[in-house]
Amino acid sequence: MRTGVECLMDGLKKAGVKTIFGLPGGSVLDIFDKLYTAPFEFVLTRHEQGATHMADGYARATGQVGCCLVTSGPGATNTVTGLATAYMDSIPVVCISGQVPSSMIGNDAFQEADTTGITRPVTKHNYLVRNVDDLPRIIAEAFHIAGTGRPGPVLVDIPKDVQRASTKAPTPDEVKIRGYNPTIEGHPKQIARLAEAINKSKKPLLYVGGGAILSNAAEEVTALARKANIPVTTTLLGLGCFPETDPLALRMLGMHGSVTANYATHHCDLMVSVGARFDDRVTGKISEFAPRAEIAHIDIDPSAISKSVPVDIPVVGDAKNILRNLIPQVEAKERKEWLDQIAAWKAKYPFTYDQKGSGLMPQYVIEQIYALTKGDAIIVTEVGQHQMWSAQYYQYTQPRTFISSGGLGTMGFGLPAAIGARMGRPDKLVVDISGDGSAQMNFQELVVAVEHQVPIKVVILNNGHLGMVRQWQEMFYHKQYSATRLGRRGRGKNENIPEPAADSYLPDFVKLAEAHGALGLRVKTRAEVIPTLEKAFASELPAVVECLVEPEANVYPMVPAGASLTEMIQSMA
Amino acid sequence: MKHIISAVVENRPGVLARVIGLISGRGYNIHSLNVAPTQDAATSRITMVVPGDDRILEQVTKQLNKLVDVIKVYDLTSEKYIDRELMLVKIMTTAKNRSSVIELAALFRAEIVCVQNQSLTIQMVGATDEVDNFLELVKPNGVQDVSRTGVIAVSRAEG
Repeated sequence: MRTGVECLMDGLKKAGVKTIFGLPGGSVLDIFDKLYTAPFEFVLTRHEQGATHMADGYARATGQVGCCLVTSGPGATNTVTGLATAYMDSIPVVCISGQVPSSMIGNDAFQEADTTGITRPVTKHNYLVRNVDDLPRIIAEAFHIAGTGRPGPVLVDIPKDVQRASTKAPTPDEVKIRGYNPTIEGHPKQIARLAEAINKSKKPLLYVGGGAILSNAAEEVTALARKANIPVTTTLLGLGCFPETDPLALRMLGMHGSVTANYATHHCDLMVSVGARFDDRVTGKISEFAPRAEIAHIDIDPSAISKSVPVDIPVVGDAKNILRNLIPQVEAKERKEWLDQIAAWKAKYPFTYDQKGSGLMPQYVIEQIYALTKGDAIIVTEVGQHQMWSAQYYQYTQPRTFISSGGLGTMGFGLPAAIGARMGRPDKLVVDISGDGSAQMNFQELVVAVEHQVPIKVVILNNGHLGMVRQWQEMFYHKQYSATRLGRRGRGKNENIPEPAADSYLPDFVKLAEAHGALGLRVKTRAEVIPTLEKAFASELPAVVECLVEPEANVYPMVPAGASLTEMIQSMA
Repeated sequence: MKHIISAVVENRPGVLARVIGLISGRGYNIHSLNVAPTQDAATSRITMVVPGDDRILEQVTKQLNKLVDVIKVYDLTSEKYIDRELMLVKIMTTAKNRSSVIELAALFRAEIVCVQNQSLTIQMVGATDEVDNFLELVKPNGVQDVSRTGVIAVSRAEG
C-alpha cells in the first residue's frame, strides 16, 4: 500500500523529474512533508507565477518536462498566466496543485478554487483526482501528455484527502490513452508530394517555427536547407533552429522581421512551414501573405493546418521524423538566381538603427551582449521592444538558446524563465534581456537566483517607458502617451502625478538588485557598456545591469497590424 | 449551413465542460446539444448541431479531436445519417379546440402523453424540420411550454 503522496513521489521519479519549482500551502502540507527527504531539488519561489515560468524556462532550455507544485486556491490561480504562457508556446510543463478535501469541494471552503475549471482553456489537459487508485495512472499520463505530440502544460489537482489515502494501484510502466494518439510518422505520399514541390520550385523558402525546436529538428532543418539551397526564415520562437550566421539565413520574418525575410515571403513560389503556425504577427494581412507561393505545412497538430492560411501540401507528423524522410527525396540544387536576389536584399537591408545624438541606444547594448558572449549564451527575454531588439541584434546559431514568451506575450516571464533555464543548463551563461516595465513584474524571484547561486544576468534596457505600447501610441495614436511613461515627467493628467524639476525613474534597479543580494550595476554611456557587461558576466553572483537608454527609440522595420508584409515602415523620418 | 457533429467521449466528469468550453472559447456557436451514455457505459455520445461553413467545421472537428477525453469525432453531415429529435409540447386547450389539436397530433403521428383540463401535452418525434413544422401549426392554440432534446443522430454506414 502507498499513500497518494507516495504515489506522487514515485510518479515524479519515474518521469525523471529532478527539480521542482513551487510554494507550499495548507492543501499541500502532506506533499511538502514528504518532499523534505525526497530526491528532488526543490526551488522555493516567491510567487506561484514565478514557479510556472521557471518550470517553463527549464523545459525550453533542456527539452525535459518542467514541473511545479502549488497549493489550492490562490496558489493555483497564480499559475494561470504561467500555464497560458506555456500553452500558447507548446511548452511541456506539469503543474501539481493541492485541492481542499473532496468532502469540502463546492462548499466555498478556505482557499478553494475550481482549479480544473479555471485552467481548462490554458492547459493541454488537466485532472481533478477523485480517487487515490487513479493517481499513479494520472501522474504517468500527465507527463506523457505534456511531453508528447504537440507539447503543452498539464495540471493535476489533488485533494488533500486523496494525498493521504492509501492504494494498491501500481505506477504504470506505460501509458495508453485511447483518445490521445498523436501522429508521429508523416504520410509517405505527402512527403513525396512535398519533395516533388521542392524539386520543382525555383524560389523555395523554409519558414521554421518553435515546433521544429520542440521536435529537436534543428539538424534536419539545416541539412535540408543546405542540401537544396533553400533560404530559411524563422519565427521568434524558431530563432536558433538554423544558424543565423549562415548565408541562407534571412533572420526573423513578420511584424518586426527583416526586410529580406518579408520580401522573400512575398516573392517565394513555395513556402515550406516547419512547426510554425502562421501567427498574425507573422502573416500580417492574410490575403496578401506569400501570394505567389504554394504552401506546404509540416506540423504535428492537425488543427494547425489551414487554420489561418489555406495549405496546399499538409504533412502531419513529427518534424524531425518527416524531414529525415524528406531529405533523401530532395535534389541538390543551386538556385543561383533566387539566392542572388536574396543576397542582394540582405546586403541592402540589414537590421539597422540610427544613433540618436549621444544617447545610449538599446540596440547597441544587445550588439555588445552578442559580441561578448560570441553568440554562445542562452538569451531569455521579457516582452516588448527589448524582446524584438534581442531577436534582431543578436544572432542565434543553436536551438534552445533563445527563450521568450511568443504567443501570450507575458511580461515578467523572462527573469524566472532565466532562472529555470540556468538550473537546467548550468554550463551556460544565461542572460535575461529586459525592459523597465517587464523587470517590475516578478522581480521578487531574483532572491531565488541568489539563494540557489544561479548566476543569471539581467540586463534592463531602461527607457522609462512601456516602450512598445509607447511606440504604437507614437505611430498610431497621435503621440498621446496614455499611461506608458514610467518616469515622473509628462504623465497624463488622469494619472495625477506631480511633475518634478528633473525626470527620474522609479525604482532604482541597482539598489533593488542589491536589496535582493545580487550585484547591481548601472550603465549611462556607450563607453560603460562593455566593461560593465564584462564585470557582470564575470561575477559569480546573479547580476542586474540597468542601462539607461534612449527613451524614445523604436523597433524597425515594422509592419502595422493587419497590413501586408511588404508595407514595412523602416523609420519615422 | 448546419452540421451535425457526433463525438464519442470518455464518460467522465468534466468532459462536457471541456467540449462546451472549447466551442465557446473559440467563438463557435452550438445550436443544439445532446449528451447520453452509449452501449459502452465508459463512453458517452455528444451530438451537437453547429452552424458554420466547411472551414469552421473542419476546425471544430480538429479541435475536438485534440481533446484527450474525446475518442472519435464525426461530422455526420458529410455522410448519410438518420437524425431525430423529441419534443414535449404543452398546448392550451378548451372544449372548442381540443379535437382539432388531437387531429393534428394524429396527422404527425405524435402522441398525447398528458391530458389536463386546460392543456394537452404532446410528445412528437421526428426530424428537426417536422418537429418545427408541428410546433408552428399548434402555436395558434397557445403553447404553454416546449422542451426539445436537440438532435440525436447515427450514421447509416454499415459496420
